[in-house]
Amino acid sequence: MIIKTARGDSMIKKEMIAMLLAGGQGSRLGVLTANVAKPAVSFGGKYRIIDFPLSNCINSGIDTVGVLTQYRHLRLNTHIGIGIPWDLDRNHGGVTLLPPYEKNENADWYTGTANAIYQNMEYIENYNPDYVLILGGDHIYKMDYEVMLDFHKARNAGVTIACMPVPWEEASRFGVVVADTDGHIKEFEEKPEKPSSNLASMGIYIFDWPILKEALIRLKDQPGCDFGMHVIPYIHERDGSCYAYEFNGYWKDVGTLGSYWEANMELIDIVPEFNLYEEYWKIYTNNDTITPQYFSSTSRIERCIVAEGSEISGQVTGSIIGYDVTIGSGSLVKDSIIMSGSTIGENCIIDKAIVAESVDIGDGVCLGVGEFAPNAMNPKVYAFDLVTVAENSKIPAGVKVGKNTAIAGKTELSDYPDGLLVSGQSIVKAGDEQ
Amino acid sequence: MRAIGIVLAGGNSSRMEELSRKRAVSAMPVAGSYKSIDFALSNMSNSHIKKVAVLTQYRAESLNQHLNSSKWWDFGRKQGGLYILTPSITAENSYWYRGTADAIYQNLDFLRSSHEPYVVISSGDCVYKMDYNKVIESHIAKKADITVVYKNLNPEEDDITRFGVLKVLEDGRIAEFQEKPLEAVNNLVSTGVYVIRRRHLIELMEKSNKENRYDFVQDILVRYCGQKSFYGFRHEGYWSNIATVESYYKTNMDFLNKDVRDYFFKSYPSIYSKVSDMPPAKFNPGANIKNSLISGGCIINGEVENSILYKKVFVGNNCIIKNSIILDDVYIGDNTVVENCIVESGNTLKANASYMNRTGDADEEGDIKIVIEGTERYII
Repeated sequence: MIIKTARGDSMIKKEMIAMLLAGGQGSRLGVLTANVAKPAVSFGGKYRIIDFPLSNCINSGIDTVGVLTQYRHLRLNTHIGIGIPWDLDRNHGGVTLLPPYEKNENADWYTGTANAIYQNMEYIENYNPDYVLILGGDHIYKMDYEVMLDFHKARNAGVTIACMPVPWEEASRFGVVVADTDGHIKEFEEKPEKPSSNLASMGIYIFDWPILKEALIRLKDQPGCDFGMHVIPYIHERDGSCYAYEFNGYWKDVGTLGSYWEANMELIDIVPEFNLYEEYWKIYTNNDTITPQYFSSTSRIERCIVAEGSEISGQVTGSIIGYDVTIGSGSLVKDSIIMSGSTIGENCIIDKAIVAESVDIGDGVCLGVGEFAPNAMNPKVYAFDLVTVAENSKIPAGVKVGKNTAIAGKTELSDYPDGLLVSGQSIVKAGDEQ
Repeated sequence: MRAIGIVLAGGNSSRMEELSRKRAVSAMPVAGSYKSIDFALSNMSNSHIKKVAVLTQYRAESLNQHLNSSKWWDFGRKQGGLYILTPSITAENSYWYRGTADAIYQNLDFLRSSHEPYVVISSGDCVYKMDYNKVIESHIAKKADITVVYKNLNPEEDDITRFGVLKVLEDGRIAEFQEKPLEAVNNLVSTGVYVIRRRHLIELMEKSNKENRYDFVQDILVRYCGQKSFYGFRHEGYWSNIATVESYYKTNMDFLNKDVRDYFFKSYPSIYSKVSDMPPAKFNPGANIKNSLISGGCIINGEVENSILYKKVFVGNNCIIKNSIILDDVYIGDNTVVENCIVESGNTLKANASYMNRTGDADEEGDIKIVIEGTERYII
């Protein structure tokens, strides 16, 4: 369908556009998200979490994506740019970053997921879409949104919610739906104590744009207007045209350090459930480093994935290594995630750690020693026996660090009593405590 | 914006043996993730040359595919751009490029329609980093007609007699230019990088075309050497030409050397290439890598030593890859041994096979085996 543009010529109308919610901090990732939004956190060596939904969009034939940003969006902005890596640099459409902006009558932050869309209705109207796809920026999965749209059209739905079966004991963490065999939703429960279904919402919605628009305008004064809490229940009550689209592929929430670590580790399996090597569903990312990686004669590597430009001289097993990482000789890296640009000196032992980008670890450092102890600063976030090191941190030569610990900032030897950070302790030098 | 660039990328080389059967030398993969022409193009881009023509003729499919977008080298601008100039039939002639000078002559309109005063001519089969502005500055300072960039090449590392050999006087003037001499007077070889004033190049090309002379080196450099003022510009950094099997093998293996790697991979300015969106390389149980370069998209289950694996190579269980270069998209079945080989891209090597060089002695020259299986693969 052809519509008129502001300058008077005609352009192609977009059948469906995507709105990608990427404003969240992701506080359960602790110091990893102290300076970046969760969607910009590295994943799988060379990627960032937002690469997965963005690549899904272009692979599903959606070429117009609005990315809603709010928390610490600098990294996201530089990463996405004008969308060249995803082929989203388009004459008409493409990727647009949508931070909150000041208006005549008010100047609000995005107070909730649906509120963020409400504040950008003008952007959506520009493309005059029939359907709007709402996506989160914090899940690892491959999904053909076009198939979901076909499902939506076939049922004449007002809104289609992508759902997947989860273990019953975990169902209370999600919004769950009760649907009949055709997918028609009878009941909708947000984080119920006693779930009556184990079909959990994945936070992926397709709306008929007129229906969504009406709901957003009606609910515009709702504080913290949220899709799961307000918009879906509103549409469900009003005309009951909500359908559940059951998805049975790989889908992983990486909201906690534990699940983030686990999802990374799953990529190492000989035949991983989530396959990055698929030719016709590539995951794209913005990556300046294209050079091959070098393994010296002292290196020993097994069960790992390693990204471009890294130089490995030590022993690395069961780990995810980002690009431009240097691992010195005599070092042992085990069951860890080392993100791009980090340097690990010689004769280090890194055991079950998440080392963020551009971290400098001196010679002879041992991470992950000693006995288990709960983290004193934030026991819920820093669990799973992991050592978490924030980006741009520095760890001086020779120190030892226990389990369930967090380190952020340029630490010095004097920060470690007796050269040791015991299990459960944290050093956060730069910025606010996370 | 003082100069435009011309990259001569038309060539085939009989000394590349089977490797140049399916692509021009300029499209040969180098150092795991690059193609040979990336070096000349990146040098152009890093020297702020915004308008660059690539002259192609021989088996250009691979090259064209590589250059299908100019954005990777930052040529996708409103001013300038990347021009791929192939021979075309015109009202005047229907010839292929009969030589390098003829190739330039057939595209004189490219030169005429530019306004930049200088032209940098370069070839697509060399691995080096160079700031062409320095050459242009020297060219202007010396008031030269043509400036030829030369390199003092170690005769033990490469065969001097396959290059143009220069006799350079103390003030930088070139006294003699011998093309592929039987016996070289010294070790100063032409790198194939020339700077010349654009109008002067147009004049020379028009003149030599009238005289039915078509080769830039023989009919311009050698012929006019005594008459015009040709100056040399010495290149000090790494430079290597890949147009023989031995030098191709050696140039690649040079990247196992940390200094060479740091120079090209880690230090400013960068060499650019088309991004291929490969996932990170994966190392399964049984993998063991020693002194090797591994590129994106590889999946390794076996042993790799002193080798360079290009993108998307699969190495099966219990394989041993030694002193070899495996080009893009090769599948190597279980228990296969590859030693002292260059394996052509797109190959499938069967399981339990053995590929070794002819004599089993890697030190002897000419003993690199080129493996082309010719097995057809279909996309399932």
